[in-house]
Amino acid sequence: MAYIAFRSLDFRYGTHGPFIIRGFELELRRGEFFVLVGPSGCGKTTVLNILAGFEAPSGGEVLVDGESVRGPKRDRIVIFQEPDSLYPWLTALENVEFPLRVLGTGRAERRERAAAALNLVGLHGHEGKHPSQLSGGMKQRVQIARALVLDAPILLMDEPFGAVDAQTRIILQDELAQIAARTQRTILFITHDILEAIFLADRIGVMTAGPEATLKKIVDVELRRPRTRGSPEFGELYEHVHQILSEEVRRTLRREDSLL
Amino acid sequence: MTVATRPGALRFLGYAASVVVVLGTWEYLSRRAIIPLLFPSPLSTLRIGLKLAGSGQLEADLWASLRRILAGFVLGSVVGVVLGVSMGASRWIRWLIEPYTNFLRFLPALAWIPAVMMWLGTGERAKIALLAYTTVFVVALNTMAGVGRVPRNQMRAARSFGAGRLQVFFLVTIPATVSYMLTGMRLAMGNCFMTVVAAELVASDSGLGYLIFSSRQWMQTELAFVGIVVLGCLGVIADAAFQITSGWFLWRYAPSGRSTR
Repeated sequence: MAYIAFRSLDFRYGTHGPFIIRGFELELRRGEFFVLVGPSGCGKTTVLNILAGFEAPSGGEVLVDGESVRGPKRDRIVIFQEPDSLYPWLTALENVEFPLRVLGTGRAERRERAAAALNLVGLHGHEGKHPSQLSGGMKQRVQIARALVLDAPILLMDEPFGAVDAQTRIILQDELAQIAARTQRTILFITHDILEAIFLADRIGVMTAGPEATLKKIVDVELRRPRTRGSPEFGELYEHVHQILSEEVRRTLRREDSLL
Repeated sequence: MTVATRPGALRFLGYAASVVVVLGTWEYLSRRAIIPLLFPSPLSTLRIGLKLAGSGQLEADLWASLRRILAGFVLGSVVGVVLGVSMGASRWIRWLIEPYTNFLRFLPALAWIPAVMMWLGTGERAKIALLAYTTVFVVALNTMAGVGRVPRNQMRAARSFGAGRLQVFFLVTIPATVSYMLTGMRLAMGNCFMTVVAAELVASDSGLGYLIFSSRQWMQTELAFVGIVVLGCLGVIADAAFQITSGWFLWRYAPSGRSTR
C-alpha cells in the first residue's frame, strides 16, 4: 500500500470558484524523494499545502499511512520557500529547539538535539545568531535543521532553494541529497528548476497547466547516486522532462496571451 | 570610527547652531523690539527658572507631572495591550469592543475632564485615569493590528510542529506582536505629555501644567515659559529613554532585527 496517497483530489476557493486542482492522483512510497514540477501558478504549492494540512481539499482526500489528513501534524514538516517562517526573536539554536519546546522536551535534551541538527546542516558556530544575521542560504539550513530535529518521517519542501543564489543553491542541493540518503525521509519537493529535480529525485511528477491542474506524467530517475550534473544520462533526462514540461508552459503562455 | 561618527556629530552641530541662532535672535528682539512682559527673553526665563529650581518648586512640579505620566502610561499600556491582544485574537471580542474604541478614540481626554472630576474628584486618581485613557486606545489599536499581521508561515510552522492554539498564541503571536505594542506605547507617550498639561491646568495645585497656568495670575510670563521648556525637554528625554531601554531589552523583537555585520 502506498505510504502517501492523493485520491481524486479537487481544490477550489469557496464553492463556486474555478477548480485549481482537479482529479489529482498520486501515490508516494515510503522513503522516496518525489519532486513535483509544473508551470508556475499551476497549483503545486496547493497540493503540498493540502498534504501539510494547511488547506482542506474541496473533493477527494489525502491519506498518510492509510489515515486521512485532517490538519497539520508533526509527522509532516514543511520547509517554506520564504525564510519568514523562522522566528526572528529567537536565535538559530532556539529556532531549532522550538518544535521540541512545543513537545515539552526538557531544556538540556532540547539544546543537545538542536545543536546536533544544526551541526548536520553545517551551521556549527552560528547557534547564537538571529535570523536577521544569517544569509538566505543559512536561513534555509536552519529551516531544514528545525524539520530534522523532530524526526518527522515526511518533509514537505516548497521551493526551498528558490530564493537562494545559484552557487549556494548547488551546495544546498548536494547537502540535501546527502541528508536525504542518510536519514531516509519521505520527501515531497517542489521546484521549477528541472536540473534540481533530476539531481534530487527518485521520481519526478510533471503537472499540467492550471486551472484544473492535475498530474501529467511521472518520470523515473534511475541515475546512480551520488549524481553528477554533467553526465550524458543527466542531459538526456533533462531534455525528456523539459519537453513534457514546456508543452504545459506553452499552454499557460497561450492562455495568458488570449486573455490580453 | 571617525567616518561613522561624523554624520552624528554634524547633526548635533546643526541642532546647536539652529538653537543658538533662534535664541540669540529672540534675546535681541525682546530687548529691542517687543514688550518683555509678553515675550520674556531667554535669559530672564533662565533666571526665573534657576530661582524656581533653587527653591525646590520646579523639582516638585516636575516630579508631580512625571509621576502622573508614568502611572497613567503604565496603567493604560497594560490595559491597552490586554485589550488589543484579545481583540486581535478573537473576532467576537473585537466585534463587541470595536464600537467603543472607534467612538472613543476621537474623543480627547480633555473632553472627559469635567465628567472624570465628578466621578473621581480632583485628586491624583482623576489625572491618572485621564492619562491612562489617552494611552489605552493607541496601544490597543496598534497591538490589535500587530496580532493580525503575524506572518502566516510562522503560524503554520508552529501548527505543523503540533502546537495547540494556546501554544501558538504564547509562543508565536505574542512575541511577534511586541514591536507593534512598543510603537503604540511610544505614540501614547506623546499623548500623555499633552494630556498631563490639560489635566493640571484644570484641576491641580502641582505639576508643570499648573506652573504654566498659574503664571497668568501674577503676570509672570517667564513662569509659563519655564514650564514649557522643562516639559518639552522632559518629553524629548522620555522618548529617548523609552527607545533606548526598549532597544536594550527588546531588540530581538524588533521587526527587522538587528544586524551586527
